[in-house]
Amino acid sequence: MSSNRLPLSFEERIGTVEFRIHEQAHIVVDSAICRDCSTRDCVVACPANLFVPTADGGIVFNYEQCFECGTCYLVCNKEGAISWSYPEGGHGVVFRHT
Amino acid sequence: MTDVDVIVVGAGPAGACAAIEAARAGLSVVLLERGPFPGSKNMYGGVVYPRILDGLIPNWWDEAPIQRWVTRRSTMLLTDTQAMTVDFRTEAWGKPPYNGATALRPDFDHWLAGHAESAGAQLLCSTTVTGLLRDDGRVVGVRTDRPDGELTAKVVIACDGVNSFLAKEAGLYEKVDAGHYTLGVKETLSLPKETIDERFNVRGRNGVDIEILGGTGGVNGGAFVYTNLDSIAVGMVLKLPKLAAQKTRPEELIDRLKHHAAIEPLVADATLVEYSAHLIPEAGLAMMPKMTTAGMLVAGDAAAMCLAAGIWLEGVNFAMGSGMYAGQAAVEAVRAGDLSATGLAGYQRRLSDSYVLRDHRKLHRAPALVLSDRVQHRYPAMVANTVERMFRVENPSPKPGLRKIFAQERRRAGVKLRQLGRDGWAGMRTFG
Repeated sequence: MSSNRLPLSFEERIGTVEFRIHEQAHIVVDSAICRDCSTRDCVVACPANLFVPTADGGIVFNYEQCFECGTCYLVCNKEGAISWSYPEGGHGVVFRHT
Repeated sequence: MTDVDVIVVGAGPAGACAAIEAARAGLSVVLLERGPFPGSKNMYGGVVYPRILDGLIPNWWDEAPIQRWVTRRSTMLLTDTQAMTVDFRTEAWGKPPYNGATALRPDFDHWLAGHAESAGAQLLCSTTVTGLLRDDGRVVGVRTDRPDGELTAKVVIACDGVNSFLAKEAGLYEKVDAGHYTLGVKETLSLPKETIDERFNVRGRNGVDIEILGGTGGVNGGAFVYTNLDSIAVGMVLKLPKLAAQKTRPEELIDRLKHHAAIEPLVADATLVEYSAHLIPEAGLAMMPKMTTAGMLVAGDAAAMCLAAGIWLEGVNFAMGSGMYAGQAAVEAVRAGDLSATGLAGYQRRLSDSYVLRDHRKLHRAPALVLSDRVQHRYPAMVANTVERMFRVENPSPKPGLRKIFAQERRRAGVKLRQLGRDGWAGMRTFG
């Protein structure tokens, strides 16, 4: 069937969204704390797929393509692992068709 | 002397309505928005019910940037291989005074904030509020990320959204429970208008709202399909702890929904225009903060004003209503010169006397009931299997009685009669 096209890659999916990136990260992740985390809830739940586990047990994090939704800090059960604030005014995600 | 009478933080529907009320009463108002334009940070399921605007913007329907008027409302039960739909259609909702409409938030919020500007409010975009200014326990202004960015006011109205750092900083939330939130994710998919008209069986500016129970994999929540003019919105809301626990990512859940036999023909060959996500304060009354403290009021998502009650899924109207009442209460307090919590008590009174809190009080059991495991994971299969057997012709076997089929399917779904009775009673008490 013509509609059975290949599923979009995550890069293609997130590529549909406009982000005005500020050089200052609005989210800071303390990877030392993440090493002790067994659930890694942020890795599954973040809709922007920003949290990637590393081979050495830490978490690599990108703040650039962030929806600013707040899911990560709410599902995180490790106190202090995720520090979260809004980006500088005028920066971050810019929705157009929502 | 303060810089202005009222600072409204956030130019979404709550903030815009608060600013309209305060500015029209002659107060000096600054409306702060962290995005480059109002609505740029906002996303929702897709249907707005603007009835509350009748008093504020007469004939709003002649100018509001809506996509389609919802004249078909479908409620769909899904299992992996079955679908059952209750479909309601009325011509009445396709003409004035209308009922619900699909609209895009960057358009709708922008339009509404424009009315605040016309009323005399000063809209400052690209300005993030980073904290509250306080004097002797009273909120007296905000700190922003602009140079020399402190701004003082007699009243601050925090309409800063679901994460409301301001309500939290003011100590209005007791504790934050992730279980009270759902994640909304959606795809806006483009399709030619004629294709949408054909697939959804509507014409002109009429459109469809499909609410779906059971389309969210193992995660408690709900799914939806809405028609815009030449795009459709497909998405779902997912209960946070369940989403995290079951290890399937949100976009995979949407992808599965789009491949369901009942949904695939609706979305076939559509192109992704934009993917988006936003949190929803889902638990209603159970999670609401204190609405008032000296010098500050909280409205909209910041005050957890979403009504997620299964058959009613509303938020923007509660944001607009609470924003209006906050604006009115601020005017009252400024005029009386009493900016204490007592002076601002008109807000809580207006909320309590209006649909804003009356609907939430009436439906306070609904969010937990709708998101409960039985409603989410057992009842859809129980109902769908019952209906499938009801309509299945098994000649030469004679037709079994419906009561017998239902009892068998209830047991097969693992639902005890006692539980069904209890949920039925809870449903009656909630929705009756």
